[in-house]
Amino acid sequence: MKQVIKGNIAVSHGVKLCRVKVISAYPITPQTTIVEELSEMCASGELDAKFIKVESEHSAMAGVVGSSSAGVRSFTATSSQGLLLMHEVLHWAAGARLPIVLANVNRAVGPGWNIWADQTDSLSQRDTGLIQIYCESNQEVLDSVIMSYKLAEKVSLPVMLTYDAFFLSHTSEIVDIPEIEQADEFLPPYNPEFRIDINNPRSFGGMIGPDYYFEERYVMHKDALEALEYYQQVCKDFKEIFGREYDICEEYRTGDAEVIVVAAGTITSVTRIAVDRLREEGKKVGLMKLRIFRPVPVERWRKVLGNAAKVVVMDRNLTAGLGGVFASEIQAALYPIENKPMVYPVIAGLGGRDVTPDDVEGIINYALSNDEPTDVPLFWGLKE
Amino acid sequence: MQKTFDIPRELMTEEELLQPGMLSCQGCGASLAMKLALKGLGERTVVVIPACCWTIINGVYPYSALQVPVIHVPFETAAVSASGVRAALDARGEKDVVVMAWAGDGGTFDIGIQSLSGAAERNDDILYVCYDNEAYMNTGIQRSSATPVGAWTTTTPAGSIKEEPKKDIEEIMLAHHIPYMATASVAYPDDMYMKFKKVRHITGTKFIHLLSPCPPGWRIDPSKSVQITRMATQAKVFPIYEVRRWRFSKKRGRLEESWKYTINIYPDRELSVKEYMKAQGRFQQITEEMLHDVQERVDRKWDELIRKADGRPLTPNE
Repeated sequence: MKQVIKGNIAVSHGVKLCRVKVISAYPITPQTTIVEELSEMCASGELDAKFIKVESEHSAMAGVVGSSSAGVRSFTATSSQGLLLMHEVLHWAAGARLPIVLANVNRAVGPGWNIWADQTDSLSQRDTGLIQIYCESNQEVLDSVIMSYKLAEKVSLPVMLTYDAFFLSHTSEIVDIPEIEQADEFLPPYNPEFRIDINNPRSFGGMIGPDYYFEERYVMHKDALEALEYYQQVCKDFKEIFGREYDICEEYRTGDAEVIVVAAGTITSVTRIAVDRLREEGKKVGLMKLRIFRPVPVERWRKVLGNAAKVVVMDRNLTAGLGGVFASEIQAALYPIENKPMVYPVIAGLGGRDVTPDDVEGIINYALSNDEPTDVPLFWGLKE
Repeated sequence: MQKTFDIPRELMTEEELLQPGMLSCQGCGASLAMKLALKGLGERTVVVIPACCWTIINGVYPYSALQVPVIHVPFETAAVSASGVRAALDARGEKDVVVMAWAGDGGTFDIGIQSLSGAAERNDDILYVCYDNEAYMNTGIQRSSATPVGAWTTTTPAGSIKEEPKKDIEEIMLAHHIPYMATASVAYPDDMYMKFKKVRHITGTKFIHLLSPCPPGWRIDPSKSVQITRMATQAKVFPIYEVRRWRFSKKRGRLEESWKYTINIYPDRELSVKEYMKAQGRFQQITEEMLHDVQERVDRKWDELIRKADGRPLTPNE
């Protein structure tokens, strides 16, 4: 059934369709309406879940670590400072191999207080072991919740799906809400091999010395990589039932492109417009949309970007003293390639500053007219 | 040993849910306390352990001394992790299983108090036990907000011993309107056993504060740990009591609440604070002035307790 809904409501519908049993969450702008919507759903009985209204995000994540350990499908959502407060428990959830799904609304990190779109929050969690999925539309947000549980439960790792503050969280779009029967067909009930089980007592997460820890982390790494393989199957199954498809990274007019822009989140949508305009001018440009960022799809990136002359990486995030996170990782992935493309790292749209198709056109033209980047990174639109 | 009351034989199981091989120090109160707690609770119990001595005591992978499910969780999350397990077990229809958070004083009085306060305010159906050895013993004896006045620790060294009184965790927890709060210690095992037996049948957040002797941290001989813990109660530094909160609807739908205080152990002999403290190496630096202050505080609290426990339920303003 098609409805015009905001990104946060789309997440809540996804959670309902997955028959989540425990929710543990704390309100933060701009995630708040997820918490409100899910509270309504639980109160009305529309969703048969226990909602633990915790006193902080740290506890929100710890609550779902508890519930997921006891073998039920669990969900939480947050943003910005809240995600940073969860940091310790994110590592814990991944290390404990718990298939929790977390929705993060990408918002800038303070100070000063800024509630607008910025991806520094989720990118600063890139070493926690969570799978990271970046979404571009409200439909993709809803669908990604359902896909995330399938992926998480197969590889026993938590998934964080993220989308931009306000551009998606508070913007209404047409979303095709799947039927519960479709969701049930795609996502069977969660029944883990190991859980807190009173009839089969085990100890979880205790002391582990140097003799086992190393291998245990290696297995976690291998399983994270396996998630990339398995994701292909998830995509295929999803398409069969729901008719929609979301590739690990989407290629848009990249076939013969000499310049490829790499973007994640809503900047992707404006980049598409810029690419179309420049194509009309006969310029060979394309777009690679980053969707799965952890685990890193290195081979795929190399395949898509390897033949381009220039790669422009748009980062709506900043690691002070380095630059953009995406650019740094794309460069690392391309390093072993012979005749590798020239990378143009661009920082744009920090703290929710608008990035328009004109901006992206300007950025691409900058790359076209310079044999190598003039600034690394280039802060686009920086005021004097 | 003073006899408090008899435990009916049929209540005490012979089965041990704490197996040999655990890694506690000699004379450790925390391991003895776990054994007694599980005797009372029985096997349908899940234990949630944050960073504390018990992280080590339970054993190193792949071993576990406890014969019930155990989940280890980050330091400050004992209460809410237990709430999460509770929610999941409820969803699975396993409502009779007790979820027990088992944390030290650091994990309770300090770093975990936020999450504990949250769970207690929500009245989540968990049992929270603080085994209080009065410092960060697992990291090697650093002061916590449960460390008493006059105690030496590695962060309150000679010349700078602790001057601030210990937090009143019992009153903090009671201020959350929880249905049950009790103190207990391994010096009175029958009392402790009965309390753990009882809480299985109380819904909501239950809090039990255990004084848990730590020979290396208290600078006492391991063979004396139970004896010195008993001295804490005899000196009224650690009274053994329980508080049951009742809620009932009055006319016109008004909800009333009251608290019933019961002192479970009236000491068989009276000791001064000084006698209790001087029996331990950690208090060797305490001044006469500090001892005087502590004695006054202890006497005042005991008097209050006696007044509250006169058999009459207390109304909210008392």
